[in-house]
Amino acid sequence: MDFFKTKPLINLENISKSFGNQLIIDELDLKIHENEFITLLGPSGCGKTTILRIIGGFETPDKGRVIFDNTDITHLPPNKRQLNTVFQKYALFSHMNIGDNIAFGLKIKNKSKDYIKDKVSYALKLVNLDGFEKRMPDSLSGGQQQRIAIARAIVNEPKVLLLDEPLGALDLKLRQEMQYELIRLKNDLGITFIYVTHDQEEALTMSDTIVIMNQGYIQQIGTPEGIYNEPENAFVADFIGESNIIDAMMIEDRLVEILGTRFTCVDTGFGKKTPVDVVIRPEDVVLCDPAEGIISGAVSHLIFKGVHYEMEVTACGFEWLVHSTGMFPVGTPVGIKVDPFNIQIMNKPESEDEQAVSLEALEENS
Amino acid sequence: MIKTGYRLLKLYRKTIRNFYIGLIFVFLYAPIVTLIILSFNDSRTRAKWGGFTFKWYSSLFRNEEIMAALFNTLSIALISASVATLIGTIACVAIMRMKKTSRTVVIGVTNIPMLNAEIVTGISLMLLFISLGIRFGYGTILLAHITFNIPYVILCILPKMRQLNLSTYEAALDLGAGPLYSFYKVVLPDLMPGIVAGFLLAFTMSLDDFIITHFTKGPGIDTLSTKIYSEVKKGIKPEMYALSTIIFISVLVLLWLVNRIPAKEAVQKKSEKH
Repeated sequence: MDFFKTKPLINLENISKSFGNQLIIDELDLKIHENEFITLLGPSGCGKTTILRIIGGFETPDKGRVIFDNTDITHLPPNKRQLNTVFQKYALFSHMNIGDNIAFGLKIKNKSKDYIKDKVSYALKLVNLDGFEKRMPDSLSGGQQQRIAIARAIVNEPKVLLLDEPLGALDLKLRQEMQYELIRLKNDLGITFIYVTHDQEEALTMSDTIVIMNQGYIQQIGTPEGIYNEPENAFVADFIGESNIIDAMMIEDRLVEILGTRFTCVDTGFGKKTPVDVVIRPEDVVLCDPAEGIISGAVSHLIFKGVHYEMEVTACGFEWLVHSTGMFPVGTPVGIKVDPFNIQIMNKPESEDEQAVSLEALEENS
Repeated sequence: MIKTGYRLLKLYRKTIRNFYIGLIFVFLYAPIVTLIILSFNDSRTRAKWGGFTFKWYSSLFRNEEIMAALFNTLSIALISASVATLIGTIACVAIMRMKKTSRTVVIGVTNIPMLNAEIVTGISLMLLFISLGIRFGYGTILLAHITFNIPYVILCILPKMRQLNLSTYEAALDLGAGPLYSFYKVVLPDLMPGIVAGFLLAFTMSLDDFIITHFTKGPGIDTLSTKIYSEVKKGIKPEMYALSTIIFISVLVLLWLVNRIPAKEAVQKKSEKH
């Protein structure tokens, strides 16, 4: 992506933060570029909201620096920062009408009355709520309140908009609508969005860059496609979408032994006879006639999911999760094929600690 | 046939219920009603009705000692309620920022004076003032009233504080407001119903108090309640009925106001919705 060539707008250097005895973020580095939609994604308690609050100025890191546009803002209070936040529970001022809510920041900056009026109605137009100036926050639906919260933030023309799980309280349909709305807004405004969520689908839909976090560490940074197709470790593979994660042995370049059977793959450079983890997405497992498959087994579970069937196939002592548009009744003997391109090889976690961490997180999420 | 029987039973039940409620009201309010009636009685004796009159009220307002006591009562109630509201509000902000254990302890400590027997509070305040060498008078009454009012204010504000969504405060900071401006513009309006209720309750408690005032007032100064008490010792004058009636009515109005605030707020919210 072209962001990586431009200079970073926000630079987090070696950030650590603990609350009491609990280490939330450990020596984290992150660069955020101008005009980027970056999503911090991870399970609850992974430190993603804390990072957002450190950027917003609501928390001070114990260690490390926050650089914004070449200036150190680590100790600058939130009201002096050129960024605005959309809070999880909207945080609208309930005793003020919508117009006054949106005008709050502009009034503090002593803008003229006409300027404020124009800006407020422009911001309301941007979020598709024309003419709502005189309404009270209580009289609006959740989705409308969230749009107002966004309007209140962007009316100040921040360089960066911070969004803390802004769609968390909305129902599914509204959430999907708002996702498109946010992408449109970001393109209209041309500013940087830093988005925090635990919803992987939301992250994949909207982001230019996804930062996957767990237990205060960054697990992987990449584009949605990159992270989905080439997860760097078992945690990422499991957190982004469903997957079959299997213990395997790299025999040599382009050849991996999975559950005692050799599969051709495309990965090289792991060395010979190296233990690895293999990720195969359920939609990449191809079911066929037992004679044609690389391995064979029998269907043990079948659920209709609308777009596809979800099946579990027991083969070589492993329950393979399979998504397919073709239906195979329970008990059918089937063969399993996998395209070499769809076998993703990952290094095993280096230390036991790391393994324990990712296993714990997997359990939390399952 | 069955239907009429059922209807009779219902009527019977209703009559019993109303009779019972009526009885309770008679027990509760008969003494006060007697007092109010006697305050308009032209005859000096309690035994017979001498006709309707306002003369006890007019002689009450001409009595300088009583007027001085009235002034003391009102000014002490106003000042002590204001100061207690200020201290109580600040205390609530601090309590909410405490860790859970210390918060529980502090809330417990502030609740004790409300449950404590007033005579104990009165005597202990008296002893404290003596040991500190403070001269008894208007100042000691005021200090005592501020002291016993603070817990009531905290009691009223703390629930509002708990409902508070602190992210609105952070949102105000985020939009460029300083911490004090944010508190004043965003947090205070949300707390206002609690603060007003706390002030009115404190005002009522101060207006009402006899025991604590009695122990902390010293000679030469009186509030209405202590004045009535000393007058009654000399023999009851009908002016005292008039005075008591006025106090009863004022407290009634104040309590009605205190109770009305949450209701009004709900109505307001409703009307905004439509």
